[in-house]
Amino acid sequence: MLEVTGLRVNYGGIQAVRGITFHIAEGEMVALIGANGAGKTSTLRALARQLDAAGGSVRYRGKEISALPPHALVTEGIALVPEGRGVFPRMTVVENLLMGAYSRGRDPAIADDIARVYGFFPRLSERAQQLAGTLSGGEQQMLAIGRALMSRPGLLLLDEPSMGLAPIMVQKIFEVIRAVAASGMTILLVEQNARLALATSQRGYVLESGEITLTGEAAELLANPGVRAAYLGE
Amino acid sequence: MDIFLQQIINGLVLGSIYALVALGYTMVYGIMGLINFAHGEVVMLGALVALSVVSVLAGSGLPGVVIALLGLAVAALVCMAVGFTIERIAYRPLRKAPRLAPLITAIGVSIVLQNLAMLVWGRNYHAFPPVLPASQHEILGATITSLQLAIIAIAALMMAALVLLIQRTRLGRAMRATAENPAIAQLMGVDIDRIISFTFVIGSALAAVAGLMVSANYSIAHYYMGFILGLKAFTAAVLGGIGNIAGAMIGGILLGLIESLGAGYIGDLTGGFLGSHYQDVFAFFVLICVLVLRPSGLVGEKLAERA
Repeated sequence: MLEVTGLRVNYGGIQAVRGITFHIAEGEMVALIGANGAGKTSTLRALARQLDAAGGSVRYRGKEISALPPHALVTEGIALVPEGRGVFPRMTVVENLLMGAYSRGRDPAIADDIARVYGFFPRLSERAQQLAGTLSGGEQQMLAIGRALMSRPGLLLLDEPSMGLAPIMVQKIFEVIRAVAASGMTILLVEQNARLALATSQRGYVLESGEITLTGEAAELLANPGVRAAYLGE
Repeated sequence: MDIFLQQIINGLVLGSIYALVALGYTMVYGIMGLINFAHGEVVMLGALVALSVVSVLAGSGLPGVVIALLGLAVAALVCMAVGFTIERIAYRPLRKAPRLAPLITAIGVSIVLQNLAMLVWGRNYHAFPPVLPASQHEILGATITSLQLAIIAIAALMMAALVLLIQRTRLGRAMRATAENPAIAQLMGVDIDRIISFTFVIGSALAAVAGLMVSANYSIAHYYMGFILGLKAFTAAVLGGIGNIAGAMIGGILLGLIESLGAGYIGDLTGGFLGSHYQDVFAFFVLICVLVLRPSGLVGEKLAERA
């Protein structure tokens, strides 16, 4: 479904991503793990056209998307939940969700999808009229994921969904991520918490200094001594 | 005649006009962090275009209100086109430049527009033809003309429509999202360029309305009027809290009242030493006070949040 070939990304004057190649099949959940500064976020931001790629190709459902204008990505079916959540703090929870469905115009099914997001995150429905800036970090992460789902994406890109959250909130968020994945959504998950990411995904890629150094089934990677030493703290 | 009430009425009329112009400043600032110093010149163009159309039609036998509305329609179209073009050719290429560059460009655009207007309309003052009914109404010892009533009512109506647009529509949501975080708004599928163009067009339409109001109310228009008017409306926007829609409205009305009451009483207060022609002093006194005491304005958020 997604074919990334030789992707290079420059960020802040350095080559953050140095020609990586990977793919994701329809319905798959794939983890991209690596240390801080390995190029995970740059990769995701390039996929979502938040950053320009310096080279390589990104094909989504067979179409080259690496030169599309940034606002066109969501119409193609790609939704990014950005690092740090990126909710609109001075808009209400409902308005944030409606923004998620912006690309769908006046589709009457939007209301059903809001109900669906509330099904995933009942907390959001309690806070529907509250300004997003007043939510806790975990609630904002729920909102960011819910907002991304509102575009009915074909591919969901999750950037560090556990970052800065209490362990109990991380559990809750990942329960929903699993539920979304179980519904057939294709997901690319970027996480520093490698154990959690690999336990949730089917396959994984290990990114080191902008290059993919290891790939395989998530269970294999979890058992790999190198991965265990470098990312699982063993 | 009750001076106090009279000055309140005059202040409301003036304040309504300031508020409409201030909205143009504050919307553009809210969305792209730019102070569009050419905005006052758009008001001036609106005033002169409307005045010209009204002058041409003045002898046509059409009812005065119809003539004024036609003048407004043409002025609004011209101003919208000018606002759109300014953004396109002067600001868009500088979107990623340091903030000082577009600010200087704005001043340049302002000079260009002034000189263009001078070429077309000359250096002279133009009188606004008396096509509108000049009926006067007495309330509690003060006088209000039907034109003044219309100005207050139309300004209120336009501001209400703008609030509805911004708070209740899909487009308004996209505008607010862009103002809060353009990169994330893009992720949602918002075409930032279109939102910015739209913001300029809406602001320019409000400027055209304000231009007609000024020239009709004071029966005069000239190529240089946009400068001081723009500066005052900018003051109003800063007073309310630049970037804040409600702030621009409150700041506009408040500044109108301050100016008008100040002009009304400055003679008494200084024992006749200063007269009402010192009216302009108040706006800039207010500007300095706000910048020193409360730079974020009356209802503005902390500026650091935007940095």
